[in-house]
Amino acid sequence: MNDFAIPLKDWVNQAFERIVPFITPITNGISEGLSVVIEKLEDVLLILPPWAMIVIIGIIVGIFVNKKLGIFAGVCLLVLLGLDLWSQTMSTLSIVLSGTIISLAIGIPLGIGASQNDMFEKIVRPILDFMQTLPSFVYLIPAVIFFGLGKVSALVAILIFSMPPAIRLTNLGIRQVPDEMVEAATAFGSTRMQILIGVQLPLALPTIMAGVNQCIMMALSMSVISAMIGGGGLGRNVLSAMQTVDIGLGVESGIAIVLLAILLDRITEKIANTKGNKRN
Amino acid sequence: MVKVKIKNLYKIFGKQPERAIKLLEEGKTKEEILKRTNQVVGLVDVSLSINAGEIFVVMGLSGSGKSTLVRCLNRLIEPTKGEILIDGKNIVEMSYKQLLEVRRKKMSMVFQSFALLPHLTVMDNVAYGLKIQGVPRDQRVEKAKQTLNTVGLQGWEDSYPQQLSGGMQQRVGLARALANDPDILLMDEAFSALDPLIRGDMQDELMDLQSKMNKTIIFITHDLDEALKLGDRIALMKDGRIVQIGTSEEILQSPATSYVERFVENVDRAKVLTAESVMKKPKPVVYLKDGPRFALRKMKEHGISSIFVVDQGKKVKGLLTAERAAQAIKDGSKRLGGYLETDYAKVPPNMIVSDIFKLMDRGLPVAVTSQEDQLLGIIVRGAIIQGLAGEVGNNE
Repeated sequence: MNDFAIPLKDWVNQAFERIVPFITPITNGISEGLSVVIEKLEDVLLILPPWAMIVIIGIIVGIFVNKKLGIFAGVCLLVLLGLDLWSQTMSTLSIVLSGTIISLAIGIPLGIGASQNDMFEKIVRPILDFMQTLPSFVYLIPAVIFFGLGKVSALVAILIFSMPPAIRLTNLGIRQVPDEMVEAATAFGSTRMQILIGVQLPLALPTIMAGVNQCIMMALSMSVISAMIGGGGLGRNVLSAMQTVDIGLGVESGIAIVLLAILLDRITEKIANTKGNKRN
Repeated sequence: MVKVKIKNLYKIFGKQPERAIKLLEEGKTKEEILKRTNQVVGLVDVSLSINAGEIFVVMGLSGSGKSTLVRCLNRLIEPTKGEILIDGKNIVEMSYKQLLEVRRKKMSMVFQSFALLPHLTVMDNVAYGLKIQGVPRDQRVEKAKQTLNTVGLQGWEDSYPQQLSGGMQQRVGLARALANDPDILLMDEAFSALDPLIRGDMQDELMDLQSKMNKTIIFITHDLDEALKLGDRIALMKDGRIVQIGTSEEILQSPATSYVERFVENVDRAKVLTAESVMKKPKPVVYLKDGPRFALRKMKEHGISSIFVVDQGKKVKGLLTAERAAQAIKDGSKRLGGYLETDYAKVPPNMIVSDIFKLMDRGLPVAVTSQEDQLLGIIVRGAIIQGLAGEVGNNE
């Protein structure tokens, strides 16, 4: 039909065939390590009976965030328990939390790097665009090849999806710090590291916290999709509701996800706001 | 003793500074260079020396390169070419480590926008310079408290900058700069963001502090009044070049027409501006019925050395100088009548400024009067120059 053709499909498939045998031993190792982390976290979340857990989470949120939100958290969790979705919720929570923590642990330093170096930012930006816009199904396939069906593949998908906002907003927050403050700090003889730690990071904190919030939200939404490659949790209920056309089950698990999302969003938002507004 | 010496300093913002410098040497203007090389000329062949313990004011309108000059001194902006010697050491060639040391110990900066750190208390802001030097907490708190007392902010240690008024914020800025005990203070339009009353107070306070501390202060401003008030010497800048350096006396008394011509964009302004447009409000004045002590106090309050005397109908009766007022007090007189100068210049509101300039050779203010001899305004020399510089209408 057409003389000009880019056989990208063939290239990619050939490349994969060659790479896979070398990489899988490494990825299998990583996979084992990560799955232990996720399962341990899940075990911890399930160690106490739901009732005790609800009270403890309610009290912790009440003390560290505020009372109203503590009560709200308790009620949300109670609903989840009532819907008989407790273990699925904890499973989702564990994969979301481990995904977020790893995302932030990698994303915030990368964001800081991007803010300090224009060249690095230029390289990182298109990669982030790629990570955020590439349909998730496209990378679910290679994830499965490398890490096998299960929670670790789901975690990798979550990382790819949730890391960009952490990087972007950290970079943005630091770059938005007014030049004059950086200039003043420089004029007093601060080193770059002193400016970063003493001026840029504290002033960028509200934006970085918004990035943390976004990161958690992205992780939660991807945890549902990743049920297709064995992510488990609430996503699996949604998936089976779809397969069996069980509208009731779909609504139940849908509501559970929404409640969990609202809860996580409000908690991180409140923390971000109190951090940002303390000085006013 | 020379503290800061700048030799043939150039700053070109762009990628091929050599080319721009070459064009400058060929006599091309800033605009031509911008057009031909797309580079902005910041400083052109600036040479000057600043003595220890003086307030050296760099004055110019915006875009004249004065802020660039002050930022070259601590290399917030890297100079393109030239030397800056501070206590004989060339800043331009210093290693990063040496430069940090100079920034930490030798000179501090006060900014127009205050540039205080909003997440730190007043105390921590003032102690910031010491903190980054690694001074232990109790020592820097001690020093910061002391400095806050010096600028009159005791009791505000635990507030955050946003809770303070503009004037107070700049006091914090000043305290932060002083806490390092620098030899040199760089003040970049430090009072320009403050309202006029507060600005006056801060100027007085700076001069007061300076009489005690004896630092070398390099003060950047676009306000001629401020320059005249503060400066031991004043450098005037235009298009990145130094146009004239001199004491405020020299700048006012030798109206180097070449300077006025070069400084003022539009040479013919002096022929267009009228007395009305450059005069200040006829305040303060004293009435004929007032006594000499009252008159002297008014002069002192406003920092002037002569004052116009009017009658109830605002008609000008004469000019009273501080010496004559003192004489009247000495003589035990309660009235001003016999002590007035009558030999002062009186001009109508529509008189052209260039003609008024000639009348001011004695340094006395000129009265602007109506046909009925009523006092409409007062012209002092600074106001004329300011008017020529394009700041008409700022008659406060």
